[in-house]
Amino acid sequence: MNRTVLVCCGTGCIANGSLEVAEALRRAISETKTHAIVETVIKQTGCNGFCENGPIVRIMPDDISYYKVKPKNARDIVNSIGEKPVEQLLYKNDEGTPVLSQMENPFYMSQHKTVLRNIGEIDPGNLSDYLARGGYSALKKALFMTPDAIIREVESSGLRGRGGAGFPTGRKWRTAAGFEALPKYVICNGDEGDPGAFMDRSILEGDPHSVLEGIIICALSIGALEGFLYIRDEYVLARKYVQKAIHDAESAGILGGSIMGSGKRLNLSVVRGGGAFICGESTALMASIEGRVGEPRAKYARSAQRGLWNQPTVLNNVETFANIPIIINNSGENFTKIGAENSKGTKVFALVGKVRRSGLVEVPMGVSLRYLVNNIGGGVIDGRPLKAVQIGGPSGGCIPEAMLDLPVDFDSLTNYGAMMGSGGMIVMDDRSCMVEVARYYVNFLAEESCGKCTPCREGLRQMLAILTDICEGRGKEGDLELLEEISRALIGASLCALGKSAPNPVMTGIRYFRDEYIAHIMEKHCPAGVCAALTAFEIDASVCVGCTNCKRACPTGAVTGEVKSAHNINQAACVACGACREVCRFGAVRAIKRRFAV
Amino acid sequence: MRPTPYPFSRWSPADNNKFASAEIYFEGRMLMEIMPQEFSSLLEAYPKDRRYALAVMQDMQRQYNYVPREGLEALAEYISRPVAELFSMATFYKSLSLKPKGVHIIKVCNGAACHIRGAVNLVGGIKRIFGIAPGETTEDGMFSMELVNCMGSCALAPVMTVDGKYYGQVKIESLSAIFEALRNEAKP
Repeated sequence: MNRTVLVCCGTGCIANGSLEVAEALRRAISETKTHAIVETVIKQTGCNGFCENGPIVRIMPDDISYYKVKPKNARDIVNSIGEKPVEQLLYKNDEGTPVLSQMENPFYMSQHKTVLRNIGEIDPGNLSDYLARGGYSALKKALFMTPDAIIREVESSGLRGRGGAGFPTGRKWRTAAGFEALPKYVICNGDEGDPGAFMDRSILEGDPHSVLEGIIICALSIGALEGFLYIRDEYVLARKYVQKAIHDAESAGILGGSIMGSGKRLNLSVVRGGGAFICGESTALMASIEGRVGEPRAKYARSAQRGLWNQPTVLNNVETFANIPIIINNSGENFTKIGAENSKGTKVFALVGKVRRSGLVEVPMGVSLRYLVNNIGGGVIDGRPLKAVQIGGPSGGCIPEAMLDLPVDFDSLTNYGAMMGSGGMIVMDDRSCMVEVARYYVNFLAEESCGKCTPCREGLRQMLAILTDICEGRGKEGDLELLEEISRALIGASLCALGKSAPNPVMTGIRYFRDEYIAHIMEKHCPAGVCAALTAFEIDASVCVGCTNCKRACPTGAVTGEVKSAHNINQAACVACGACREVCRFGAVRAIKRRFAV
Repeated sequence: MRPTPYPFSRWSPADNNKFASAEIYFEGRMLMEIMPQEFSSLLEAYPKDRRYALAVMQDMQRQYNYVPREGLEALAEYISRPVAELFSMATFYKSLSLKPKGVHIIKVCNGAACHIRGAVNLVGGIKRIFGIAPGETTEDGMFSMELVNCMGSCALAPVMTVDGKYYGQVKIESLSAIFEALRNEAKP
C-alpha cells in the first residue's frame, strides 16, 4: 500500500524544527527503502493548527498523527509504517490514553473544518494537490453562471465578512457590481494585525489556492480585471506560497489572460504590507496600495463605489474568500444550515493564551465560549481558575468567566461590549491583571493610531497615561470616570473603526472587573500580582521544598537558599517580575501587596 | 545627483545624536560604500509608478538594514514625487527604518498571547545581556532589539525571532545560549 507522510511545515512547526524532521524522514526512507515494500512520499503541508505540539507528522492513509517529533525519531517512524505505531509520540487525551487519529484527539474532535478543510492535507505549493481535492471546481461552475447568479448565491448564503465588521459579503458585491465605472478592483485583505490572531496566516500558508479561487469568482461577479492581495510584511512564508500559487495558476491557464479558456481575464498581484496595524482598515489599506501613507478616510462614499484609485472596489478578508468556493459548490442554501441565526457558517479562531491546548480551531458560529475553552482548549494551564477571555483583538473586550455561556457570533457579543472581531481569543487566568491588559491594548492602539484625527490620537494617549498611572500606583479617585468620558469621545468622534472601538478593552474592564480597578487605585494593590510597582513576592517556608527552580529562574539573583531547604527572596534585589511564581510547582511563591516604593 | 536640503537632521535632537554615533560606527562597513548607481538595480525592478514606492523602500531596508537618505532621493527622482512624501512613508511604516540596524535583528513578539506569557520578561533578559532597550543597537553593531506586534505564532508564545528564525516558548534562562551560538557563528 502507498503511504504518504505529511509533515506540517507551517510557521509554528518550522519554529519547532519541522524542516529538519522532514529531512531526517527523507533520509530514513531512502536508507530503508531496499527492505521496505511500502512506497512512501513526504509532503510538506500547511499549518495543522496545533502548533504548540509541533512538529506534527501524519502517516496517511493509516491516519496516525505524531506530535513533538524530533529528527532522531525519524527512523522509528519509518520503521513503524505498516506496523505498530510509535507510542511515545502519540497524543494523549484527557484520560491519558494515547490516540492515533486526529479525529480522536480532543483538540480536533470537536471542530468543524470547512475553511481549513485542505490545510494539513495538501502541499500548499502544489496545484495538483488542490485540484485532486476538488479545487477550482467552483470556479468552473461560476464561469457558467451569470454574475448576477453568483452574487445571488453568495447573498443567499448569508456570508458575512470574516475580518471583524461582519458586513454581508453578497451586498458588498452587489453594490460594486451595480456601478458602471471601469476599471474595478478586487482586494484580499491579508494584513492580519490583531495581536493574538493568526487565522489568515494559516490559510494563506496552508491553502492559498482556495483564497485565489474565491478572489477569481468575486472578480467574475463584479467585473474586475485586476486584483491585489495585501499581505503583512511579517508573513514571509504566506507570501511565498501565495506568489507561487498565482504563478502556478497562471501557467495552468486558471488565472491571467483567459480564465480557464473563457476569454475573461484577471491579473492578480501581491502587495507587501508596511507593518502598520491601521492598514487592516479598508480605506487605509487602499491608500497603502496606491503608494501613500496608510491613513483612513471618511467614508461618505463606500469603497464599493469609490475605493482603490477612486474606482469601485470589493475588499474582503482572506477567510471570507476561502468560504466562497464552498458556497458556489454546495449552494448558499446549504451554507446556511451551519451556524447561528444571523451568522452563518463556521469561523476560525486562534485560541491562545493560558489554555492547555492552544492553536487554530474552526467551529460553527454560535458555540459558546465555554465550549471552546473547556472542550477544545482543555481548560486553563495547570488547572488554574479561568478569569476572562479576551476576544476580538485590541478592539474587543474581556468577557468574564461568569458570562462564558454566551454564544460566539457577530451580534451576541456586541451587546456586552466585546465583539467577535477577526477571531483572536486569548484565555486569561487569575494571574492576568485586567488593568494591565487594558493598558497593554491601549498602548498598542496608541502606537498604531495613524494620528489623522484628534480624538483617537490624543484620547488614546491620555487613556494610556491614566492607565499607566493606575498600574504604577499613582491612580486617584475620579480616574475611572475620566476614562469613561474619554471613551465616549472616542466612540463618538473618531474617523475610523480603530478609534471607535479602541475603548472596548477599557470599558469592558471597568464594567466587569471594577473591583480590580478600585483595588489598584484605592488600595494600591494588584490582586493578580502582575503590576510590578504594587507587588512583592514571598516564599511560604512551610510549603517550599527547596527544589531551586525559582532560584535558577530569578533574573536578578534575589532568591537565596540551599537545596532542600526553604528559599527566601531578598526584597531589595527583587524586581517583582514573577518568574519565580511561574516556575514553582508547589505553589510556595505568593504575590503580596508591596508595602514600600520600589 | 543634486543635493537637496530637507529635514533629515530635524527628527529630534536626541535622535540626531544617536544617528551621528551610529554613522561613525557604521562608516566604512555600511554607509560609505553606497553609491547612487547602486540603487538603480533596486529601482529598475519596478515600473516608474508611485504605487511601488513602498516595495522599493522595503527592498532597500532588506538590503542595507535601513533606508538610506541617498536611496530616498534616488527613488524620489525615479518616480517623480517629492522626497517629503517618501519621508512621510518611511516614518509611517514600521517595517522601514531611517537608522541603520545591527547585523542580527532580534524581534521579540509582544502580541497579546506573548504578552501574557511573559514577553516583557524576555525584553528584560535581553536588556541585561546586551544593555539595549527595544529600538536600540549594541555598540559593536552586532545586535538590534525590536519589540513587534504579533508575529502570528501565538500558540508558541512567547516568541522571538533572530534574523527571521523563529524561537518558540523562549525561556529567560535559554536566551544567553541562543545569542552565544549566534556570536560564534558570526565570527569567521
